[in-house]
Amino acid sequence: MRNHIRFIRKGQIVELSDVSPTETLLDYLRLRERSCGTKEGCAEGDCGACTVAVGRLRAGRIVYEPINSCIALLGMMDGLEIVTVDDLAPSDEHLHPVQSALVSAHASQCGFCTPGFVMSLFALYHSRQRADRSLVNDWLAGNLCRCTGYRPIADAALAACTGEPDDAFSRRSAKTHALLESLIDDHDIRIGDDESFFAAPASEDALVSLLERHKDATIVGGATDVGLWITKQLRSLPQIVHTGRVASMHEVIVDDDRIEIGGAVTYAEAEAALARIDPDIEELLRRLGSKQVRSLGTIGGNIANGSPIGDSPPWLIVLGAQVELRRGDARRRLPLEDFFIDYGRQDRALGEILLRIVVPRPAANEHFRCYKISKRFDQDISAVLGAFLFRIEKGRVVHARMALGGMAAIPKRAFHVEGALVGCEIDDPDARARAMDLAAKEWERDFSPIDDHRASAAYRLQVSHSLLTKALNEVADRPTSDMRLIDRRDLHRIEIGDLNNSHDSHPNAMDPGSPR
Amino acid sequence: MPITNDRIEDRSDPDVGASVGRAMAHDSAVAHVRGTAVYVDDLPEPKGTVHVVPGYADIARGRIDTLDLEAVRNAPGVLDVLTASSIPEVNDCSPVFGDDPILAADEVSFHGQPLFAVVAETRDQARRAARLARIEAEAIRPIVAVDEGIENGGDLMPSYTFERGNPALSIKACEHRLEGRFRIGGQEHFYLEGQVAIAFPGEGDAMRILSSTQHPTEIQHLVAAMLGVPDAAVVCECRRMGGGFGGKESQAAQWACLAALAARRTGRPAKIRLDRDDDMRMTGKRHDFRVDWRCGFDHEGLLAGVDLAFSSRCGYSADLSMAVNDRTMFHADNAYFYPECRILSRRIRTDTVSNTAFRGFGGPQGMLAAERMMDAIAIHLDRDPFEVRMRNLYAPGRDITPFGMEPQGYRLVRRIMQRLARTGEYAKRRRAIARFNVAAAEGAGHLRKGISLTPVKFGISFTLKHLNQAGALVNVFGDGSVQVNHGGTEMGQGLHTKITQVVAEEFGVDIGRVRITATRTDKVPNTSATAASVGSDLNGMAASRAAGVIRRRLARLAARLFQVRERQVSFAYGQVRVGEESIPFERLTQLAVEERVSLSATGHYATPGMTWDRETVSGNPFYYYAMGAACSEVSVDITTGEMRIDRVDILHDVGRSLNPAIDIGQIEGGFVQGAGWLTTEELAFDEQGRLRTHAPSTYKIPTCSDVPADFRVSLFEQGRNRMPTIHRSKAVGEPPLMLAISVFSAITHAIASLSSRRLPPLDAPATPEAILRAVAALRSEAG
Repeated sequence: MRNHIRFIRKGQIVELSDVSPTETLLDYLRLRERSCGTKEGCAEGDCGACTVAVGRLRAGRIVYEPINSCIALLGMMDGLEIVTVDDLAPSDEHLHPVQSALVSAHASQCGFCTPGFVMSLFALYHSRQRADRSLVNDWLAGNLCRCTGYRPIADAALAACTGEPDDAFSRRSAKTHALLESLIDDHDIRIGDDESFFAAPASEDALVSLLERHKDATIVGGATDVGLWITKQLRSLPQIVHTGRVASMHEVIVDDDRIEIGGAVTYAEAEAALARIDPDIEELLRRLGSKQVRSLGTIGGNIANGSPIGDSPPWLIVLGAQVELRRGDARRRLPLEDFFIDYGRQDRALGEILLRIVVPRPAANEHFRCYKISKRFDQDISAVLGAFLFRIEKGRVVHARMALGGMAAIPKRAFHVEGALVGCEIDDPDARARAMDLAAKEWERDFSPIDDHRASAAYRLQVSHSLLTKALNEVADRPTSDMRLIDRRDLHRIEIGDLNNSHDSHPNAMDPGSPR
Repeated sequence: MPITNDRIEDRSDPDVGASVGRAMAHDSAVAHVRGTAVYVDDLPEPKGTVHVVPGYADIARGRIDTLDLEAVRNAPGVLDVLTASSIPEVNDCSPVFGDDPILAADEVSFHGQPLFAVVAETRDQARRAARLARIEAEAIRPIVAVDEGIENGGDLMPSYTFERGNPALSIKACEHRLEGRFRIGGQEHFYLEGQVAIAFPGEGDAMRILSSTQHPTEIQHLVAAMLGVPDAAVVCECRRMGGGFGGKESQAAQWACLAALAARRTGRPAKIRLDRDDDMRMTGKRHDFRVDWRCGFDHEGLLAGVDLAFSSRCGYSADLSMAVNDRTMFHADNAYFYPECRILSRRIRTDTVSNTAFRGFGGPQGMLAAERMMDAIAIHLDRDPFEVRMRNLYAPGRDITPFGMEPQGYRLVRRIMQRLARTGEYAKRRRAIARFNVAAAEGAGHLRKGISLTPVKFGISFTLKHLNQAGALVNVFGDGSVQVNHGGTEMGQGLHTKITQVVAEEFGVDIGRVRITATRTDKVPNTSATAASVGSDLNGMAASRAAGVIRRRLARLAARLFQVRERQVSFAYGQVRVGEESIPFERLTQLAVEERVSLSATGHYATPGMTWDRETVSGNPFYYYAMGAACSEVSVDITTGEMRIDRVDILHDVGRSLNPAIDIGQIEGGFVQGAGWLTTEELAFDEQGRLRTHAPSTYKIPTCSDVPADFRVSLFEQGRNRMPTIHRSKAVGEPPLMLAISVFSAITHAIASLSSRRLPPLDAPATPEAILRAVAALRSEAG
């Protein structure tokens, strides 16, 4: 048991034993450390002004990820290197390459968002990828700038992020590596007393037994939601149990027929594996939150908090995902679609944890599609999220699965609509139209769309029909360039096709796990 | 070669100076990227600093029966709770009309209106305490939307009209007539740095305030009036803002007042920094409008009569609504001649936050109405909208605005549009898009495209005459270093950089020798807000004059000491040329100290020729016009309403640029901000008058991917202001925002392709939902 956290700042190990359970990293930086380069713009993880980079070892290599320090809890920083804008340049004359590139490109105006951009670009710089505009868009989706219109910032990113990092951080990486390694241990962390504490157990057993004793404790994965309970709702959360140190919950297992995602796995950790299921999932994950959100946010958390507008449940349900839960020594497994009971109610007991998610991979004759519709393309909550899976035998739909987010109080399957689609001759446009008509009659039995400031119920309803049309048309081999504004699927198809030298036009007809 | 956004360099004409005309980096660029640029919240807090957080009732309108603050007072760390009765003198933070209480007393006028403010040891304690108030109130059903306001709320101030001829008759006599109604949404400023101020109580009645404000003088005045002390007792200072966009012109004062009040009562420094959600609820936004339009024209689309009725949601108080709505009217023509016309403006009172200045200041809404009519005409006649626009531009003999003035220099608009149509290959792309849309329709594809090229003509000056003035103070030191201070504030627009360049040019020294200092009311008094795009015009001229005074003193001294004529003395490259000799600038400044020559001077500038008279609707409201044009191409998904901007071309006139890098930055940033206003940025109030989009999670400003990778911006090559502005430059802050109207227009045309000769009933912002609504309407009409 440790009663303190340790992290690396400016090449030194910092030990802290006075950590309040809900203290944010940003408050630590600005109020305690007085590193005021990092700014608070919104305190809810949406503007990116507070972005810092955290370094950690992953597969033996140091990886830097951008995070929103405003909603990250200080306690979660154990074992990491924290890099802020204040650390990058020793003087005005010796700027970091991303900083010089931003100055040269005239990429700051008011300058308030700039430190956040610097840190997102610092992380991109260290990602060892040669940046192109679409990669830059992805890395900057979580940083808002109100002055420049982004063009100069994107230009600076293209100039600086060449895929070959060469800065003070890369030069001292061996030392950092050793420091990070020295911080790895298997102690449970517990700071505080029984009334009020921050805890980060290192094993599943320790986690479970802690939750047995403190059933009301708040379980925190990446804090990308709980962070707002703290900064916006000012909720009192005296007992925080962070899942991030439980090694077994960090596993990602890729098998021929399924992918297993541990309950504490972040989006960033799961992205590569999940993208192998289908390019639409890759695209969806790209648009889910932002880099900063995906660096900390967990898929387990997205499920466990039961939001009707979470972006993960619909496609996981359609793929037939199961969740594994544990309380005490009791483990159980259930289909994800049964996990959501009603608005704000899930089939999870107090103190029960979500251990892992098991995602079956579609068979060769199963065609998957997923669409996210939101007011803004990037970093927005979906108005409608549609996920579809059609099993096709001899040109007919023999089995259909469909789940929509934003269309009911909980994410759930559309059993009636699904039934209406079975039997459709997929390649016949008239048959598809007839199936759509049949399906439309079932719509009200499956859906009661949300009506709010993001979108009206009428809009969601209309769009949900459109998405089914798109899915059917695309599966019937209509090119996505006719059907979608953001067209990464076709690009993908070309890439995969090139790699496999395959003439098959259906990416799903191939082994979806083929290496890319 | 024109200066473009992929090749930003110094101006290339022969008159480019050592500093002026150069693409210099923002004076704080290095500090920005290092995080060492200091904003109000970054300054080390003196020991004992207290924190202030405002509190409000959960109603939009009603009488307060009980304001029970017992629990607030007893909360941990609370030192004081401020209410209206805590205010020693004037309870007002309005810019003009005296109708904005700092803390509301008995009556709630909008949801989020501060009723009290907690003063506590920490900000966290103050925030928690502010939520403990027990408020009992008689809630009245609030008037929220413009339409409701028109029906039930009435006018906040008298309506105002420009009228020429008899438009009703002339429209009636026309071969073609169209009319319509559409709505334009408001806009949240979303400056990245929220409202913030810190007040330091001084000796006696003195008070020093650091505020993130575009208008330090107004804060000085309002704080003095609130405390009942002379203006001379109060100093307001601002080094920089993390964005303003008009949102810190009048809206910063309330928070500075609360900080000063807390400082006075506790005797300790007091800081207030609004939480983002409070900021978005409590501060005003761009006015939303309903526009009712009617026009008559011939078979070629040439207008004969125009009748435009604007109704804007002003909110509960006047704020700057009079001037904002006037500017809407001044720009209801954009660049087009309306032979006979009526421009009516109603300023509607609603029980919502008081709307305020926002980049463009009413102009964008006026211009959007003009462009909407152009699109309506073109679609109705099935003509190229570019042709219709060109046909209606001001032209010789057709060159009097609805307010009776010739728009000086208007010919430039036509040249800019023609050139942009050529360089942007407008005609060719329009044909390709038409082909694409036909193919998509035949193949039942889900995407449609649209393209549009729209002009901007924007009047430069405050329409209130006395605001068109500025002052500057220049101090030169014995070592040759220079300090400049002026009345303008830096909000990211690069004003300080431009002023530094102007002063460096005057002394012929390197820009590095000139240090800009924080804007302070005790250095340059009685200043106007940094607004209306005229920051550089006014302050640049004032600074240039101040520096000129010192330069002439130095020249006189050099002439005397070296026995040459004054005109044989010149300043360049850090040297002073005296006849045949040359001495370093700092040598001369040292000599000036020794010879007892003053090296400090003030400068003042008042824009000449401002003759506008609102009462008689006559005279000239603008010193000159800034002009440009944009061509945008978009794709729309007609089954989901999603929209993507594919390409944007911009040609904009900045006169002779003081700094091409900064000007390009203003153009790009303004365009993207305008595109946000017209597409994804949607303010949603519920029936109870509560703003539902009070955070970036729900209010969506553009992100990087919303900006097309194909984004081509050029400065108009032959730009040169005909008026004697500072180095013949032109204002650039606001005008480019309106270039984004081309996006809205392009979306209109993409949707219009679904039908024949029907104007899609598209409201702004064109969110996916608004687009899909317009698509559905067009299809049901067609069906």
